[in-house]
Amino acid sequence: MKKLHYERPIIQRLNVGVMNKFGTKTEYAPVTHVDGNAVKGLLAKYGSPLFVISEKTIRKTFRDANRAFKTRYPKVQFAWSYKTNYVNAVCNVFHQEGSWAEVVSGFEYQKALQNGVSGNKIIFNGPDKSMEELTMAIENNSLLHIDHLDELYMIKELATKSKKKPRVAIRVNMDTGVYPIWDRFGFNYENGQAWDAINKIILNDQMELVGLHCHIGTFMLAPSAYGLAASKLSDLALSIKKKFKKSIQYIDMGGGFASRNTLKGSYLQGMDLAPSFDSFAEEITTAILNAGFAKDELPMLVLETGRALIDDAGFLLGSVISNKRLSDGRRATILDFGVNILFTSFWYDHKISPAQEFSQYSEDSVLYGPLCMNIDVVRENITLPPLKRDDQVVVHSVGAYNMTQWMQFISLRPAIVMIDKNDKPHLIRKRETLKSIETEEVLPAYLKDFKL
Amino acid sequence: MKINKNVALSDSGFVFNPSTGDSFSTNPIGLEIIKLLKEGKSMDYVKASLLKTYTIEEATLERDCYDFANMLMKFKLTEADEKAEN
Repeated sequence: MKKLHYERPIIQRLNVGVMNKFGTKTEYAPVTHVDGNAVKGLLAKYGSPLFVISEKTIRKTFRDANRAFKTRYPKVQFAWSYKTNYVNAVCNVFHQEGSWAEVVSGFEYQKALQNGVSGNKIIFNGPDKSMEELTMAIENNSLLHIDHLDELYMIKELATKSKKKPRVAIRVNMDTGVYPIWDRFGFNYENGQAWDAINKIILNDQMELVGLHCHIGTFMLAPSAYGLAASKLSDLALSIKKKFKKSIQYIDMGGGFASRNTLKGSYLQGMDLAPSFDSFAEEITTAILNAGFAKDELPMLVLETGRALIDDAGFLLGSVISNKRLSDGRRATILDFGVNILFTSFWYDHKISPAQEFSQYSEDSVLYGPLCMNIDVVRENITLPPLKRDDQVVVHSVGAYNMTQWMQFISLRPAIVMIDKNDKPHLIRKRETLKSIETEEVLPAYLKDFKL
Repeated sequence: MKINKNVALSDSGFVFNPSTGDSFSTNPIGLEIIKLLKEGKSMDYVKASLLKTYTIEEATLERDCYDFANMLMKFKLTEADEKAEN
């Protein structure tokens, strides 16, 4: 007689309470495949855990965003935010789609150059740019977004030595009705710092002020804030035109568009809250179009959105290590990935699906990572079917920040696979080995030997 | 381990304990275990029976049954321990 499929016995108390009027569905519809590739097969081939990037999803999301802006405004340019995900294969998908590069460090700058982005299509943001990095960027004709006065003076000094006139923009911070204000970056609009910096640059004549930049926040849920920011940058651009008879070439609205992840503490699911690209585009383009620019002097609109373009394309596949019961009776499941590689679990209640079929029974669990650290909690509370050792799970929307902020802590970082347009998987980053970590270590000779 | 004789079971996995007023939901394997225990079978008998019926290793089943039995006690669905008949 053929034996039956086993499922761990579970029993749950039924609690009587007010029904959830939103009828939030339980999260355990199994996800057995990612872009036509079986989760089981991917984990068998590349090891568990494993990051998987869907190239199809990146391209579709980018084209949706591009369409939203280009159908509303004549000159639009996206610049891929390297810090969001700087795995070369990911960057190059965006560059193939027409994105420039937006970098915030010398390391990212070098990466963009190595990927083949020409210097004049690299936007160099961030508060930390060394003399060497600025020199390189000036020689490459890159766009330098000045963050503070010290940087302005550094560029001024370099400009006197260089044959090239640095192309610069200033980062402007402002009150857009979203708090706390991100006023640590750039020059303030309301107190006149931004206007002072603009005057310093233009009157100096050693630099060319080509743009105005802002980046008003992160995971922004209010498109209206972008409308306000675009109005303020347009106001500065028109003041420059009035005073210096000079047209600004571009307005860079930065990034910060929310993805569809659910922030911790949020009552509604992220996918119900995240504004569409169209709503951000409508606010921004309407503000610039109505600001009063002459038809032939409309500035190019630059966008550096990262998270909203890549989050949905990333999946983390992993396996169950063990189950246990906590002292208060709650079920705990230990997974083979934790906050070391899923950094965003500090911010989000990630959607996690089982990768195999189950019955309709489920139980509330805590999901822990494998680290011997109390902070390693992937989900504090989640409803999942009764998982057992070696069962597999899929974490959704992990494309942003995890593959850049992940930590080599306690265990090694996993491989990354990209599934192409024809559903073929490609290894785009190898699983780390002890050797790859120890390459950078130096052991003094006198510490080599010991007796125990 | 014995299931409290007042506990009512339905075929769909609904469990009701009239002495506390609590109701519970269990999956088919959970229901099978509770039914066997309610018939007076021992936990060893239950495990042997499940091993014959399902594709599962003994160690995993042992751990799952141990955990399930603890939950039955925690939910006050069991009687004071008596020697069960096989």
